[in-house]
Amino acid sequence: MTYYCFICHAPYSPVVSWQHVLTLKNLDILCEKCRRALLCISGETCESCGRPFQHLDSSYRQGPLCTDCIRWQEDEDWKGVLTKNRSVYLYNDFMKEVVSLWKFRGDYAIVNVFQEDFSREFFRHFDDTFLIVPIPLSAERLYERGFNQAKALAELLNLPIHDILTRHHHEKQSKKSRRERLQTENLFQLAEQICLTNRRIVLIDDIYTTGTTLRHAAKLLREAGAKVICSFTLVRS
Amino acid sequence: MRFILENNRLIPEPLAKERGKEAIPISCFEQLPSFPVHPHFSFSAELLSFLEGKQLLLDELPFPIELLQAHYEQGYIRYEKGITKTTKGCRCQRCGNEETHLFASFFCARCQQPCTYCRKCVMMGRVSTCTPLIVSCMPVRGQMYDDALHWHDTLSSAQRSAAETVVHAIEHNEQLLVWAVCGAGKTEVLFPGINRALQLGKRVCIATPRTDVVLELAPRLKQAFPYLPVIALYGGSEDRGKTAPLVISTTHQLLRFYKAFDVMIIDEVDAFPYSVEPMLQYAVEKAKKEPSSVVYLTATPNRKWQQEIKEGKRTAVTIPARYHGFPLPVPAFEWCGNWRKAVKKQSLPRNVLAWIHDRLAGQRQAFLFVPHIELLEKIVAILKKLDAKIAGVHAEDPERKEKVAAFRKGELPLLVTTTILERGVTVPNIDVAVLGAEDCIFTEGALVQIAGRVGRSAQYPSGDVRFFHYGKTKEMIAAKKHIERMNKEAAKRGLLKTK
Ligand SMILES: [Zn+2]
Ligand SMILES: [Zn+2]
Ligand SMILES: [Zn+2]
Ligand SMILES: [Zn+2]
Repeated sequence: MTYYCFICHAPYSPVVSWQHVLTLKNLDILCEKCRRALLCISGETCESCGRPFQHLDSSYRQGPLCTDCIRWQEDEDWKGVLTKNRSVYLYNDFMKEVVSLWKFRGDYAIVNVFQEDFSREFFRHFDDTFLIVPIPLSAERLYERGFNQAKALAELLNLPIHDILTRHHHEKQSKKSRRERLQTENLFQLAEQICLTNRRIVLIDDIYTTGTTLRHAAKLLREAGAKVICSFTLVRS
Repeated sequence: MRFILENNRLIPEPLAKERGKEAIPISCFEQLPSFPVHPHFSFSAELLSFLEGKQLLLDELPFPIELLQAHYEQGYIRYEKGITKTTKGCRCQRCGNEETHLFASFFCARCQQPCTYCRKCVMMGRVSTCTPLIVSCMPVRGQMYDDALHWHDTLSSAQRSAAETVVHAIEHNEQLLVWAVCGAGKTEVLFPGINRALQLGKRVCIATPRTDVVLELAPRLKQAFPYLPVIALYGGSEDRGKTAPLVISTTHQLLRFYKAFDVMIIDEVDAFPYSVEPMLQYAVEKAKKEPSSVVYLTATPNRKWQQEIKEGKRTAVTIPARYHGFPLPVPAFEWCGNWRKAVKKQSLPRNVLAWIHDRLAGQRQAFLFVPHIELLEKIVAILKKLDAKIAGVHAEDPERKEKVAAFRKGELPLLVTTTILERGVTVPNIDVAVLGAEDCIFTEGALVQIAGRVGRSAQYPSGDVRFFHYGKTKEMIAAKKHIERMNKEAAKRGLLKTK
């Protein structure tokens, strides 16, 4: 039987080790070259947002935190809204291509490539007492894409998923500037009135860039009573 | 998108008046009704010209669904299934893919059910069970261009007779293979044929698997046909969505065309990955009109085609001589023992080193071809000890362009590379060696192409081609015979310069 790499579609021979034989671990669906190009975040990271400190200019760092997180903490409105973020992969050029193929071109099946790393890293930072809440898409965007990438990731964890958020569509040419909009209205709504008192929540999304989207969701959940709100994303840009 | 069937008419779900009637993905209908053209309908010229000769996704059409539906009901456009069922599984109607491992399913937000899509052409937007492909029912009309070619004709006699055969094939809607040796000047051979096609109001497409070939051909054609609309289509090209009497396209972009061209010219048929890749063939079949003419260009037809030519089953014309009239350099074979073992010991066989040493001492630039990237890196490390300026480059090297440019400028004495780095790379006055010519990656075609790098310019028409090997292969022998046969034919036809 010929194996074809799930990303580059080239034929390859999967590496079979004793681990595979003894634990019935699945063979890798990627060729060695593609697998090596997906880099998991390791080493020292920002305590708050999980940003890797390696390759980061030291001027962007203050002790255990990155300067972005310090800025969030100095903002009275947003301080402590998001407990912490953790991410799985570095956003290198290869990852950019893979994410674009998956999310924008719509090659849904790519999600399988992340299975092992995504669930291992999740359980390294969190556990099954957390409520899993994927970041939703607006109805228009969901129709356009055909699937919600955050939900596809959440499904990799084999834990119950709580679709308790909804999101309204914002036209790009909205009169208000992005900044104004962020300050005045929340991107998200609660799908139903639920009591989240003392609950611990992990928001799931594909990418942490500035952390604004995730904090909007976190703020809403906090207002509904949740005690701890963390986020877990596929990549940290 | 989902549709309902009402009075034997497909209606897109968002336009359905009757709620409750069950909408289903387009591929789930047994048959898709279509209508005769209603002559008095005031159609949208903009839509029809956008869709002319194309097969597109709804997402690729900047028109409201109401307008599309009206044109469907009046017989001007048709909805087709994106994915069809076959006895073995599925078939993608856009790219022809039938390989099961290149299909996947997901719960689709568009059709609210599990939906199967084609992974092979997903780069161009997803085609799934619920995706309609939109085609125009209107025939593609051509425009006549009497005087499009502005070019100083300098064809050699071999080029000229091939060019005449191409003209004939185009006039008579026939298939033709142009077998032109590396350096024959095959692009110019097309000019009279393209010109004739344009005079007859035919639409012409030149297709090739590689973007770099599109980028190389486009300016040359624009120069030869200066007043003609010419467009170049490749991923990210600005000409996307445009139409012209002369189109240069990659395989992928060709997939958006449907019964559009009277003349299809397929360049570099042998270039990877066409030979193992049925997609181009499917795209060509779909994009050409009936009847039409198909012209294949290659320096290295595969065994099957060579056999068919021999048996007279395939019409072909050969250009066995280079435009400058000097014979092709014939490769010399040289046994070099177990060179892999030598590489492991950080060394190279004595005769290989001697060959490289001679190039360096004589200040002759050279390519050294090796079978794999891993070997390449080790060999470059060994050779850097001879001359620190020796560099290695492979297909996915991010610095590939810079290194090739530096080599062209003469800044690098020797470039170690894997397979045919760039077919278009013609550096005058170089020598070429293959280390490990017995490796299965070096097919007859690859070896002929490698030898074809040497002696391209009229100023320096010769050079050394050396195949270092650890056991001769059939492919090596076939490549040498291939080159010798071409030289013999060229001599027989009086195409070679006599000293
Ligand atoms: Zn791969
Ligand atoms: Zn941080
Ligand atoms: Zn396809
Ligand atoms: Zn669907």
